[in-house]
Amino acid sequence: MARQVFLLILIGVGAVLAGCGGDAATVPDGTSATDPGVTAVSNGEGATTDALDGTRGPNVRPEEPGDNAEGLLSRLVLYFEFDQSNIASEFNALLAAHGAYLAANDGAQVRLEGHADERGSREYNIGLGEERAQAVRRVLLLQGAATDQLSTVSYGEERPATVGSDEEAYSLNRRVELVYR
Amino acid sequence: MLSSPRTTNGNASCRDIMTGLSLLRAVVVCALVGLFGYSGANAQLRIEITRGIDRPVPMAIVPFGWEGPSGSEAPFDFAALISADLSQSGRFDPLDDRDMVSHPTRPADVDFQDWQILEVDVLVIGRMLEEGPNRYTVIFQLFDVLRGEPLLGYRLTSTGDEGELRAAGHRIADMIFEALTGIRGVFGTQIAYVSQEGKGENSLFRLIVSDADGANQHIIVESFEPLMSPSWSPDGRKVAYVSFEREQSAIYIQTLRTGTRDRVSARAGINGAPVFSPDGRMLALALSGVQGNLDIYILDLATQVLTRLTRNAAIDTEPTWAPDGESIYFTSARSGGPQVYRVETRFGAPVERVTFEGSYNARPRVSPDGSQLAVIHRVRDDYRIALVDPDTGVTQVLSNGSLDESPSFAPNGAQIIYATREQGVGVLSSVSTDGRIHRQIASVAGDVREPVWSPFPRS
Repeated sequence: MARQVFLLILIGVGAVLAGCGGDAATVPDGTSATDPGVTAVSNGEGATTDALDGTRGPNVRPEEPGDNAEGLLSRLVLYFEFDQSNIASEFNALLAAHGAYLAANDGAQVRLEGHADERGSREYNIGLGEERAQAVRRVLLLQGAATDQLSTVSYGEERPATVGSDEEAYSLNRRVELVYR
Repeated sequence: MLSSPRTTNGNASCRDIMTGLSLLRAVVVCALVGLFGYSGANAQLRIEITRGIDRPVPMAIVPFGWEGPSGSEAPFDFAALISADLSQSGRFDPLDDRDMVSHPTRPADVDFQDWQILEVDVLVIGRMLEEGPNRYTVIFQLFDVLRGEPLLGYRLTSTGDEGELRAAGHRIADMIFEALTGIRGVFGTQIAYVSQEGKGENSLFRLIVSDADGANQHIIVESFEPLMSPSWSPDGRKVAYVSFEREQSAIYIQTLRTGTRDRVSARAGINGAPVFSPDGRMLALALSGVQGNLDIYILDLATQVLTRLTRNAAIDTEPTWAPDGESIYFTSARSGGPQVYRVETRFGAPVERVTFEGSYNARPRVSPDGSQLAVIHRVRDDYRIALVDPDTGVTQVLSNGSLDESPSFAPNGAQIIYATREQGVGVLSSVSTDGRIHRQIASVAGDVREPVWSPFPRS
């Protein structure tokens, strides 16, 4: 599954670069543009390893100097505050990149998988995971994705990314994962 | 750590089939009785009293006599089962066999002085007879030692089947329990719960039914995708649950004896929190539709008519029925954080809030007499089980963990089983509704959660 998504990202990145001509690095919010000499493959590879194994370390911020559309597309997880489903501004660039990719690729489909940390009741947490997935869905629709490209599912607390009962584990589990099909 | 299940007759276990089908992410559905299941001491739940009442009643349960063909042994140890049941209730303290000075099996053989010296308040004696091939009679008497008087005597019959003998033993324990406490016993009931073995993508989820004492565990469903929210039908014959086996949540109702099941709700979006109505004809559930907005519905199982009970942008979920079937309690985040609300079971009924103490109250369950709710209640950072009076909102915290959840009343209303975490592992616990007796129920097979107590068995 991981390898399939990785290949898809590479193809997608290629499509984005081709589609945007020399303007591949349209990055909002003060991150710097790509050095044209840097290839998509190496950017994709570096960022993909982090995101796809699902264990995002707490010291990896979603926007780093040198982030560009390719790097953002390979980030597939957003995180949330406790009992909240609003999307933090730090993820705006990420969702813009995915929205743009989906808008440019009719055939692309992504499943938004919503999760919650383990505290509290399980079915309520299913509801919370769904609210988070729906919040991401609404932003992607605004960014140009079509409704039939997006589906949502909530796993509540049933599929944690990290096992543990401390604040660090909790923060890594309150998430939405973008799973390209 | 994976435990290896043992089967009762050597046929393939659920687990063997799962291994073979692993690439297909299969789900295996098993019948309660018959080919699939495991039992035996290895797989048993272990019950431990972690806090008992100050003075559990000291009692003596004398090993039962055996009257069968000479040289043969009793096929079953009734005294051991009765003793385990009564001691695990936390209210009784049975004497060790080795401390007994005499071993009467008939009333005429009882000398109350023998027992008064040992300072026991209550004495149980009995015997088992072989009446014919595979036919047994068990007779017992219960005595008040201080007064030197009989309290109760009874005779039961059974075949030699171990399940039937255990059931007879539990009935004896129930009768003794009720005679001494005035409360109907639950030793003959069952629990259903979810277990998870392993972690991450390859973990195995199971729905398990066992006797209330943890014996006779049977896997009824096994899946690589999450299973959640089991609910017993009031006749004890079926369990409803949520399964993600089709990559979306869906609600199934499975008949335990046959293993057959119906998928009763697989609507777009969330299908969650199924709970049978007291008459067994309806299911309360939570549905979200494609827009993801969870609300409470009731589904008539015969007509498939779906009635919507709440219409609110916030999360409404975790419905449960009042025993009269006229109203439903549920969790709603409509005023910010989760609180418990009540709505009558008719379209357009008003919703009233029921919990007012604290910032988090969720997952209500109603006591059998309808007078109290058990909820998950947050105290500072700890999630605990609390009792709430639905008319006054008065809240009493019962448990003392930090991640307590999924409360379920025993059908006699005297205790609540719930899930908690102990040293990183999911375990089951129970607390008496007066808060005095705490028991922990540990499983050797991974993480356990979401316990739900069966109704009283229909005989």
